[in-house]
Amino acid sequence: MASTAVRPVRIIVAKVGLDGHDRGVKVVARALRDAGYEVIYTGLRQTPEMVVDAALQEDAQVIGLSIHSGAHMTLFPAVVAELKRRKATDIVVFGGGIIPDDDIATLKKQGVAEIFTPGTPLQDIVGWLRKRFPDGGG
Amino acid sequence: MTTPYIGWASDEDLSDKSNQKDLIEKFRSGDIRALARMITLVERRDPSIRQLEESLRDAHKPARVTGFTGAPGTGKSTIVDAVVALLRKQDTPVAVLATDPNSPFTGGAILGDRIRMQRHALDPKVFIRSMGARGHLGGLSLASREAIRLLGSFGFAEVILETVGVGQSELEVAAVADTTVVVLTPNLGDSVQMIKAGILEIASIFVVNKADIEGHARAVTELRSMLHLAPKGGWKPPIVATVAVRGEGIDELWEAVLAHRRHLETTGLAEEQAARRLRNETAEVAAELARERTRRALEEDPGLSERLLRDGTPYRTAEEILRTRVDN
Repeated sequence: MASTAVRPVRIIVAKVGLDGHDRGVKVVARALRDAGYEVIYTGLRQTPEMVVDAALQEDAQVIGLSIHSGAHMTLFPAVVAELKRRKATDIVVFGGGIIPDDDIATLKKQGVAEIFTPGTPLQDIVGWLRKRFPDGGG
Repeated sequence: MTTPYIGWASDEDLSDKSNQKDLIEKFRSGDIRALARMITLVERRDPSIRQLEESLRDAHKPARVTGFTGAPGTGKSTIVDAVVALLRKQDTPVAVLATDPNSPFTGGAILGDRIRMQRHALDPKVFIRSMGARGHLGGLSLASREAIRLLGSFGFAEVILETVGVGQSELEVAAVADTTVVVLTPNLGDSVQMIKAGILEIASIFVVNKADIEGHARAVTELRSMLHLAPKGGWKPPIVATVAVRGEGIDELWEAVLAHRRHLETTGLAEEQAARRLRNETAEVAAELARERTRRALEEDPGLSERLLRDGTPYRTAEEILRTRVDN
């Protein structure tokens, strides 16, 4: 086993905003772990500044956000803006939650790479990451 | 062998001297991301980190290292969070290296120690880094030692190393930390479990956390009677009772850590420990280099591999490789 060659992609997984529904995000975190990613779960009620701070300290390549409170149009772009402010726009942001189609289009224009809505098979999320980072993880 | 870094300035190549210089300048100017990136290189056992470290030698400042280990759910992260708060009150910059196991099957991991440390999230003098244990051969200790050197040079005077005690990782903490704190709780099982786990020998300090739940007094008594059987003389590990969620006992705990440091210094053990660790680390690095060289030799020399498979003689082959193969 060439353990020295392991270079897993590191993913920050965070709940932004005030809702406490973390079941979905935990399931996703588990699926990403099982796919070979290093998942850093930061817990509930994170501000965009906290999420970006964690991503920088952890040298993560990806941020996965989960939200069910309806504040995604405020908080997702705020994370992207904070990344810009900290000169870390190479970090990829994706999100999940109850998000209407119209909003998805707008969010993508604002720099969120992908949105996964409820019912998305976990394999789709993993598949998307594999395509995005062919050298890392799993 | 050069590796492009996924993500950061996409195809950045650190064998390129100008990128190295850039990273070092950023590190010196206090850029958190440069520090984080260099720790990633350490974790990946990337050879380019050697040159980077070499050029940072003048900035080297040693950090004090306190290790925390214990079974899952004993409250390590909560205790560490409280200790960080205490150190921040004294205006001491503090870094936390938290390690969790990777899946042996996929290599993936869920690193969740940050959850308990959220209140320090926006404090620029607190740096928290989660490390997967990754099943490194030779292990965590090599990577964490290098990471600690980087953290010290960056200006973190105190480094806290936290690891879940499942298997051998707690021994590695003891091999790296100046002071090792073993965290226990009531109802962890009887004292035989503790002997089995081998934690009695590695502890500089015991914390019996969750002092507010039933069975606490008995757990402390049992631990104390176990410690009576330990060889006499030298440092006697104190037992500190804490209720970490309420911050109780944390001052006492830190007092004990400081007392242990004084003990190491006044007895000359600190120096002895440092010398022994440098020798051990050198041996570990040599083993890592030899492993890498062997792996490459077997890859590049089909004749050698063939002979190995035919004769089934790993020892002879290994000796031959180390005797005859020279790097570069």
